[in-house]
Amino acid sequence: MASLDRVARSFLLTEIVSGFLLTLKYMFKPKVTVNYPYEKGPLGPRFRGEHALRRYPNGEERCIACKLCEAICPAQAITIEAEPRDDGSRRTTRYDIDMTKCIYCGFCQEACPVDAIVEGPNFEFSTETREELMYNKDKLLANGDRWEGEIAANLHADAAYR
Amino acid sequence: MYETAIDFFTHNWLGQAIVILLECLAVTVPLLVAVAYMTYVDRKVWASIQLRRGPNVVGPFGLLQPFADGLKLMLKETIVPSSANSILFIIAPMITFLTALIAWAVVPFGNGVVISNLNVGILYLFAISSLGVYGVIIAGWASNSKYAFLGALRSAAQMVSYEVSIGFVLITVLLCVGSLNLSKVVLAQSGGFWHWYFLPLLPMFVIFFVSSLAETNRTPFDLPMSEAELVQGFQTEYSSMPFALFFLGEYANMILLSAMGAVLFLGGWMAPLPFLPSTGVWGVIWFALKIAFLLFVFSWTKGTLPRYRYDQLMRLGWKVFLPVSLGYVVLTAAVLQFGGWVPKI
Amino acid sequence: MILQALAFYVFAAITIASGAMVVSSRNPVYSVLFLILAFFNAAGLFVLIGAEFVAMILVIVYVGAVAVLFLFVVMMLDINITKLREGFLEYLPIGALIGIVLALEIMIGLGVFGGLPTGTVASLNKAGAQVASIENTRAIGQVLYTQYFYLFQVAGLVLLTAMIGAIVLTLRSRPGVRRQKVGEQLYRTKEQAMTIVKVPSRGGL
Repeated sequence: MASLDRVARSFLLTEIVSGFLLTLKYMFKPKVTVNYPYEKGPLGPRFRGEHALRRYPNGEERCIACKLCEAICPAQAITIEAEPRDDGSRRTTRYDIDMTKCIYCGFCQEACPVDAIVEGPNFEFSTETREELMYNKDKLLANGDRWEGEIAANLHADAAYR
Repeated sequence: MYETAIDFFTHNWLGQAIVILLECLAVTVPLLVAVAYMTYVDRKVWASIQLRRGPNVVGPFGLLQPFADGLKLMLKETIVPSSANSILFIIAPMITFLTALIAWAVVPFGNGVVISNLNVGILYLFAISSLGVYGVIIAGWASNSKYAFLGALRSAAQMVSYEVSIGFVLITVLLCVGSLNLSKVVLAQSGGFWHWYFLPLLPMFVIFFVSSLAETNRTPFDLPMSEAELVQGFQTEYSSMPFALFFLGEYANMILLSAMGAVLFLGGWMAPLPFLPSTGVWGVIWFALKIAFLLFVFSWTKGTLPRYRYDQLMRLGWKVFLPVSLGYVVLTAAVLQFGGWVPKI
Repeated sequence: MILQALAFYVFAAITIASGAMVVSSRNPVYSVLFLILAFFNAAGLFVLIGAEFVAMILVIVYVGAVAVLFLFVVMMLDINITKLREGFLEYLPIGALIGIVLALEIMIGLGVFGGLPTGTVASLNKAGAQVASIENTRAIGQVLYTQYFYLFQVAGLVLLTAMIGAIVLTLRSRPGVRRQKVGEQLYRTKEQAMTIVKVPSRGGL
């Protein structure tokens, strides 16, 4: 009887039919994909995205050209040149990041004593040419101005664990 | 004025030619649109089986995606490999595409709505579907590439094997009908879905469907283009418009085999219940719905089943389907003869 | 009528041209492809004389199956074309002779030189008239399963013999080949396939 049952099952294709019913059931389940360009997944406060140079609230740039980030950068993506400014303070004249070299390890922001260079939450900065990925000081400062709110919030949220 | 126009289109050979041309366009254009949207439905069905969304960016619900894809393929550069046989390389996709299109000449869309009401319609369909293999073989050989050649060999062997069981399925149906004319096949199934042949010939319907999967190189029989081992099979060297022609031809073939299934087993243009209208436009609508259902099962299968191994495929074709379908031919003939149901012709 | 005549000449011309190309083309794959073209146009000629069943069978059997196998074999073989070409002129007279003999035989068979039994032409005409009134599929069936029934069966037996011969020639049981036996796989039960073992913690098996 058991063998008859098995023969009947194999001829009636029960296993294939049950597989089909399973996929049919899945067809009506809610989708799990995030509808990306319109919806985005959550990002943690430690997310390491596009770089930015921050400023103090009074508009003074934070970076003091200590070159710690340049020294620690494992990909040697950062190039800094420094000179005393007219008021005698030490500032960078050149702060370049080659984003094509960067590996987004986050060492630069950890090395920075004044929280000047940070990796912000922006990860959508693809470009159509390679040249656009050679960031200079203006671009980095502009990034800092643009993302200051999010960056400050992230730093604040993560401050307790540092 | 009206009479002269009628006279021109019915008696003058130029008028007749124009009418035939228009008929062909009336079939081909909706078919190509259906092919385009078949790719879309395919992707949507697979996506929802895998809990994804599928194309949803180009146009509302991604409805313009097939045209975007088509445009992309058209704008690409046609690359003919330097060691390929360039004439045959270009001809092969045309053969695939054309054979998929010309078969539609005999498919009845409604009562009397058919380009050519051929008396040997089933044989014509069978003959044309057996020609599709040439596009594949020639493509594989002309590409002068190992992947393409192996894919073509596999595909050709597979198509030839499964054609045999399709042939026997056709024979059972035409035993029941007593005619090779497709319109008569449909008329023999008139009156409610319980008169359709998929009920008495259910095993044949299953065999036909599975064989048509194998004929069109669809999962679980898509090993001619099994990506993991043969890249894209016989299409490996193709790009741009020739590739698009292969693609269109394959989907048109799928729609054709679904139409065949609908005509042979699901009562063609007949309404599922006898009191529903099945004349004129209604017939075309019922027919389209049946084709759409079968095409949905095609995509559903692709989303469900894993790929067969080559020896398993051959075993299924020759050792399972061939004896079963042959036995069912004999059984059907015996039942018709001794049950007194031999169709009167 | 003009269209039909035009179609006839087109089909006939292509048939003859592709027949010539089968013999003369340099690449054997081209030869097979031209052969297929010839088959096709022959099928077209059959359609023109109203024998659509024969036309379809020609396409299904010869183009759909036989020529595919030809193409398969020719594609897989590594044929040296120049070597094949070597004896072409040498064998040309013999080939031409055979061709002429065949053509003469056909002409005699058709009664071009007279001498055909008087009944034959009349019976052919009568059969033609019959075919015109009914579907030619049924016409073939009516003579095939009555008048020529035994010949039909004998033809089937000959084919069966050929098939058995092919199977006998190729069937050999090699020892040591591991095959998938689907029946056995399906027949295996859960009890045969696995045992449940209680593994003590840190004890291993």
